[in-house]
Amino acid sequence: MAAVEMEQPEEALDAKITGRGVNVFYGPKQAIFDVDIDIKEHQVTAFIGPSGCGKSTFLRCLNRMNDTIDICRVEGDIRIEGHDIYGKSVDVVQLRTRVGMVFQKPNPFPKSIYENVAYGPRIHGMVQNKAALDEVVEKSLIRAGLFDEIKDRLDQPGTGISGGQQQRLCIARAIAINPEVILMDEPCSALDPIATAKIEELIDDLRAQYTIVIVTHNMQQAARVSQKTAFFHLGELVEFDDTEQIFTNPSEERTQDYITGRFG
Amino acid sequence: MADIARDMDISSPGRSESYELRLKRRNATERRFRMYGVIAITLAISALAVLLITIVSKGSSAFTQAHILAEVFFDPAEIDPDGTGDMKVIAKGNYALLAKRSLYDLFPEVEGRRDKRALTRIMSSGTDLQLRDMVLDDPSLIGTTQPVWLLASDDVDMLWKGHISRDVPESDRPISDQQVAWLDQLAEQGQVDRFFSTRFFSSGDSREPELAGIWGAVVGSFWTMMVCLLLTVPVGVMSAIYLEEFAPKNRWTDLVEVNINNLAAVPSIVFGLLGLAVFLNFFGFPRSAPLVGGMVLALMTLPTIIIAGRAAIKAVPPSIREAALGVGASKMQVVLHHVLPLAMPGMMTGTIIGMAQALGETAPLLMIGMVAFIVDIPGGPLDAATALPVQIYIWADSPERAFVEKTSAAIMILLGFLITMNAVAVFLRKRFERRW
Ligand SMILES: Nc1ncnc2c1ncn2[C@@H]1O[C@H](COP(=O)(O)OP(=O)(O)OP(=O)(O)O)[C@@H](O)[C@H]1O
Ligand SMILES: [Mg+2]
Repeated sequence: MAAVEMEQPEEALDAKITGRGVNVFYGPKQAIFDVDIDIKEHQVTAFIGPSGCGKSTFLRCLNRMNDTIDICRVEGDIRIEGHDIYGKSVDVVQLRTRVGMVFQKPNPFPKSIYENVAYGPRIHGMVQNKAALDEVVEKSLIRAGLFDEIKDRLDQPGTGISGGQQQRLCIARAIAINPEVILMDEPCSALDPIATAKIEELIDDLRAQYTIVIVTHNMQQAARVSQKTAFFHLGELVEFDDTEQIFTNPSEERTQDYITGRFG
Repeated sequence: MADIARDMDISSPGRSESYELRLKRRNATERRFRMYGVIAITLAISALAVLLITIVSKGSSAFTQAHILAEVFFDPAEIDPDGTGDMKVIAKGNYALLAKRSLYDLFPEVEGRRDKRALTRIMSSGTDLQLRDMVLDDPSLIGTTQPVWLLASDDVDMLWKGHISRDVPESDRPISDQQVAWLDQLAEQGQVDRFFSTRFFSSGDSREPELAGIWGAVVGSFWTMMVCLLLTVPVGVMSAIYLEEFAPKNRWTDLVEVNINNLAAVPSIVFGLLGLAVFLNFFGFPRSAPLVGGMVLALMTLPTIIIAGRAAIKAVPPSIREAALGVGASKMQVVLHHVLPLAMPGMMTGTIIGMAQALGETAPLLMIGMVAFIVDIPGGPLDAATALPVQIYIWADSPERAFVEKTSAAIMILLGFLITMNAVAVFLRKRFERRW
């Protein structure tokens, strides 16, 4: 199929995440059909496509979040830096410390802002003492662009700040454990344009240090923040290319139709 | 959109007359519905009020007890004839005789065995213990004469409280005209009075109503509840967590779920029979012991606690679990750090309500012998004991008139415990309820 031909074999060499022949099933129903993809380091890769096309499903394969769904079954080969993440010897918990995730709806723990960020480093024993933990929390909040806004209410509940702040808190929580990859599933869909702009800016900043995969319904957002864009349709990866290419000169008719708003 | 409305000929609300009519009718229906609710609540509350008022009016007199004032000579010859001062000897003194003599002294004119017997019947048969306890407390009383408020018999108590009428013929009441006359004579000199009865709160059961107390049953219930709590909380919470968070969803877990729900609906006496067959007959645990009572009640309460626990765990939003998994928490860490703290108030409420249910349960305890007549206060979960509701059952079944008020008083105490427990449950729910 088209998606396969697009991939140049040599590209796989410097890819951070590679997917080969990925099929995902929910019970008897197949949600992802034979997807091959190479996601590069220090780039933002956007997944776009109509609702129900399997963007979230594929994204959740990358940190094995689908394991929590009983009926979900993943076939094929997904590797991060060449290591099969579905291999027998892989520890899911450790994988998730390398591949962080930010969800569609801001979901801070019903604990203090400080505790929200400190939780990850603490359970993984990444810090030796309180001072080091304080530093990690502060750094993460600064990097998430939230610190100045909430620095004097760190002990207040994380659920008590605005939606946009909550989402940045969730990003701070994700980067506090220093992952290599950050997956974001429609991180701005519950936010207003100003909060969205802040997060987009943040994503662009984070790119220097992390590999970011973002699912979005917002075509402009994909165009603004990503370097690569993958277009999914009915569980297939229709087209995967440089963002500019996709938005100016897509090679597939379905992509063209979708980005010009003819369906979706 | 506007086009569609026009095409479909939808009239604007609030314009047409039929709409006004419908609106009125809808409002009337709504008012009526609310009224049904108010009526239902009023009925429920008045039923509760009637229940409480009857119980309180019947039972409150049980908290006082009639006493008779007499001069008691603590005769050394009857208590400690050899003057040893040994407590063991003193404890064996003939106190019943001292009590009798004090009454004979009040009415020197009474002659003959029959009349003297009738006279001593106005005081409780427990007065000897009353005097003995006084002496054991303070041996220096020996040899002195002291004014003592002797415990009156239950019939005198009932007469004084008006539960036995003076107007009925002598043959129809347990107290003779002669005895009434003696009492009236004493009362004139202020030698009969009612006091708050601490005995009711401090002693165990007795055949004599004036000696019977609730404490034995309270302690029995306490040990039973302790055993029940220690068994149900860990098992219930672990089962709820496992079923909700870890168990695969397959036919087996469905079967388990159905059976747990079924168990919650099994009549409690069946658990009693099970306890009798398994714990007593097969394992040979002691009969009448709170240990077995607690185990049986634990079987009964477990489904309630598991169901409440699962509901509480289900109420924790999945987004919290995903968030924790997303930062690399293990399944167990998710449960311990996030799910359990959030589910705890719900679990505690379920536990307390389950315990309250168990506290009021009688039938299964009857089956395992906790209905026996037990005078001693149980010292632990292995001693023979009764429980509060069983005590109520025993007293309600006793023929003496004086047990009627004791029954109501015991019900008041049981209700007191239940109300307290439920209030604690409500408090916990309010206090620890977290929003997310
Ligand atoms: N837990 C699940 N159980 C069964 N089917 C599921 C489950 N989650 C998703 N699916 C199905 O898998 C397909 C892909 O869903 P997915 O959530 O990945 O779509 P999506 O592209 O993220 O859509 P959206 O843009 O609306 O979020 C859909 O057909 C959906 O019905
Ligand atoms: Mg989605």
